[in-house]
Amino acid sequence: MSLRRAPGFWLLLAVTLAIGLLPIVTGNPMVRETLYTIYLAIALAGSLNIILGYTGYISFGHVVFFGLGGYVGLYLISSFNTSIWLAILAGGVAAGLLAFLLGSAILRLRGAYFALATIGINEAMRAFVNNFPPFGGPTGISLHFSVYQPYGGATQALWLDYGILVALTLASILLSYLVKSSKFGLGLMAIREDEDAAEVMGIHTTQSKTWAYLLSAIIPGMLGVLYYFKNSSIEPSDAFNLASSIELLVMVMLGGSGTVLGPVIGAAGYEILRGYLLLSRLFRDIQLTVSGLLLLLVVLFIPQGAVGWLTRRYPRLRQVII
Amino acid sequence: MNVLQVSGVTKKFGGLKALTNVTFDMPEGQVLGVIGPNGAGKTTLFNVINGIFHPEEGRIVFREQDVTGMRPDRLARLGLARTHQIVRPLNELTVRENVMAGACFGREDHGLKAAGAIADEVLEFVGLADHSRQLASSLNIAEKKRLEMARALAARPYLLLRDEVLAGLDLAEIAIMITAIRQIRARGVSIIIIEHVMQAIMQVSDRLIVLDYGQQIAEGKPEDGMQDSRVIEAYLGNPELAKKLMGSELDDGAA
Amino acid sequence: MQYLVDGLLIGCVYGLAAMGMTLIWGVMDVINLAHGIMITLGSFGVYLLATSLGMNPYLALIIAGAVGLLAGMGIYKIAIQKVLDTSHLSTLLATFSVNMILLGLATQAFSTNPRSLDIDLGSITIGSVTVQVTRLLAALVSVLIAAGLTLFLKRTTPGKYIRAITDNRAAAELVGIPSQRMLAFSFGLGTLLAVMAGGLIATFFPFTVLSGDAYQLKSFVIVVLGGLGNPIGALLGGLVLGVLEGILPAFMSTSWVPVIEFVLFVVILLFKPTGLFGVKK
Repeated sequence: MSLRRAPGFWLLLAVTLAIGLLPIVTGNPMVRETLYTIYLAIALAGSLNIILGYTGYISFGHVVFFGLGGYVGLYLISSFNTSIWLAILAGGVAAGLLAFLLGSAILRLRGAYFALATIGINEAMRAFVNNFPPFGGPTGISLHFSVYQPYGGATQALWLDYGILVALTLASILLSYLVKSSKFGLGLMAIREDEDAAEVMGIHTTQSKTWAYLLSAIIPGMLGVLYYFKNSSIEPSDAFNLASSIELLVMVMLGGSGTVLGPVIGAAGYEILRGYLLLSRLFRDIQLTVSGLLLLLVVLFIPQGAVGWLTRRYPRLRQVII
Repeated sequence: MNVLQVSGVTKKFGGLKALTNVTFDMPEGQVLGVIGPNGAGKTTLFNVINGIFHPEEGRIVFREQDVTGMRPDRLARLGLARTHQIVRPLNELTVRENVMAGACFGREDHGLKAAGAIADEVLEFVGLADHSRQLASSLNIAEKKRLEMARALAARPYLLLRDEVLAGLDLAEIAIMITAIRQIRARGVSIIIIEHVMQAIMQVSDRLIVLDYGQQIAEGKPEDGMQDSRVIEAYLGNPELAKKLMGSELDDGAA
Repeated sequence: MQYLVDGLLIGCVYGLAAMGMTLIWGVMDVINLAHGIMITLGSFGVYLLATSLGMNPYLALIIAGAVGLLAGMGIYKIAIQKVLDTSHLSTLLATFSVNMILLGLATQAFSTNPRSLDIDLGSITIGSVTVQVTRLLAALVSVLIAAGLTLFLKRTTPGKYIRAITDNRAAAELVGIPSQRMLAFSFGLGTLLAVMAGGLIATFFPFTVLSGDAYQLKSFVIVVLGGLGNPIGALLGGLVLGVLEGILPAFMSTSWVPVIEFVLFVVILLFKPTGLFGVKK
């Protein structure tokens, strides 16, 4: 499906844009905050999908790119007063670089070994940052509120931050679609289905996988800067939180991995559900148990996720759903 | 030109010599049959030609280029395609996408659009056009074998390595496959084929190589190979018994 | 020297925990992400039995272990059997969901307050080294259980069945081995080991509902060090880790130790994925 003849894609993009613009148009900060978590999840899940859903490599420590980006960004801002734009760029580059360097090494591993390696990298990074003085060690980096001045004060900065987030979310959907509908994406999916057969077919598997990993890391790196800029502080245990990585995996699986729409639905659905559970004033612990139960049910009975289930039930949808 | 030259190839796995000093030349446009009992090293030979294994000794020359130990994907791009003994379809992709993958990453390095056109044409050729939008996992075994062949052909190879395609097929399906091989050869593709179904390989090969315990025990025209006592012994043990069996088989007539 | 001995003793318990994980991994190619919570539950189980029933903690260990075995078999039947050979992602998420469920329930029941068994059996001094008896006992019990497990796998019929299905499940089924029952049992054994390790840890360290997580991470490292599916390797790997953790702080600040651990972890995965002691196959 070329870009022009893909109604599903344009529809998704339009809807995402429209809803994203809602808080900006209405000027409502509460709606903005709700959408912030949802859009962040969508963009992160969509990025993970590139290495997980398309290439079939289970990245269990994907949060490492988010955290590293955040740290690099916040470090630049707090130490050199760089602009948010430069910081975001730097975060993306740092994450991409990490993915490229590490990817070349660990992408040799398959299946569960690869998953473990990604966990190891996340933990190693967390432990390292914990000891790294420029990054503030265990206390992390805190931004002085004066960093918001160049953007017209804290409130304005939050709006700007949100706006960039929406843009990055759209970018991640675009990237996901471009990869899926490209020759490169076909190669990735061949790798996912049967890596050895893919190689015999002529696909340079190492190169393709490394690029996929790199592409899956850049946007999370940028998002990290955005999130922690808004948060005005970052610390190791939060930035490299393994549970967050696993949440991303759940989102992708819920929605249906290997499609553009899947992670979007999965992420949005997960965050909305979580929002409701938290609102109902039950303790956090019940939320964990209920989420666990839901996850188990999905894994056991609808492992192909929402989109997968739909396309299996109504095969004609396969032409339209991207 | 020789599309393939295999010289002195020896492959060891630890102490086991899977291939010993295998040597043959293959002119363009030929159909070369490789036969031998189970475990003779036929698939290993393919794996060495294909780049999956590196031989301890010997060279593989593909179209006058030394490709010994080259990575499989590079070989594919040079025009060497291969099908597998146990089919390896890309299950969650459609039949059409499977074949497109072959066209995209094979010798001619096509973009998606051109690959789609090639895929349609090749699927027509192998008789899977009606299934093109189905998932590969939904095909039956015979169809999957045809898909594998389609994928290999879409790569527009100079040389096609076919590993035991006929196992599990009934006589009608075998006849179709034989016709297909002849048609492929007519398009200018050289083919090396590993087979156990004797009648088929006799009908279709220009030349035959016989492997036993990794060694090349015979090479030449099919009829000669079948009369060679070493070959008969490798398969059947007692040459006299074999002659008796072969005699009665020929009397029954080919199906 | 003191550090070395302490490290070795704790390493035995680490090794026991890791044995649970490596057994499950080796037998059915599943990484049990509920490993950590089982360790935690083991700690709490022994703690509760000891404090509320006044039971000898080492006795409580046996009961906790039995419960752990049954619980593991239940978890296998409910959460894992269905997705066993589907994909790594499914099994990973299945065990993780069990982890979430149990952690949620445990936090509800026990809150995040730290608990401690405060057992004081005194200490023994040999030369320049002083050793707490609780740690010594814990190490001994660990080694005993490990030896028991190895004997079980080598000598008994169920043990042989387990080794058969590890090697080649299809072939084992063909000769009539009840693979599903054995798989459930193997999983139960894995959780039994985790629970007992947790119980032993409770005898000399304080713990909270979240402690198990850290030990799970350590188990990852140990399993990779020791070679997947290799129980003896896991024990040895545990010793290596214990010693590392004991000795390294003498040369660098303790907060650098995890960095070393995880870098080592990744390095071994990359260069010797079969572990330092080889895969048991």
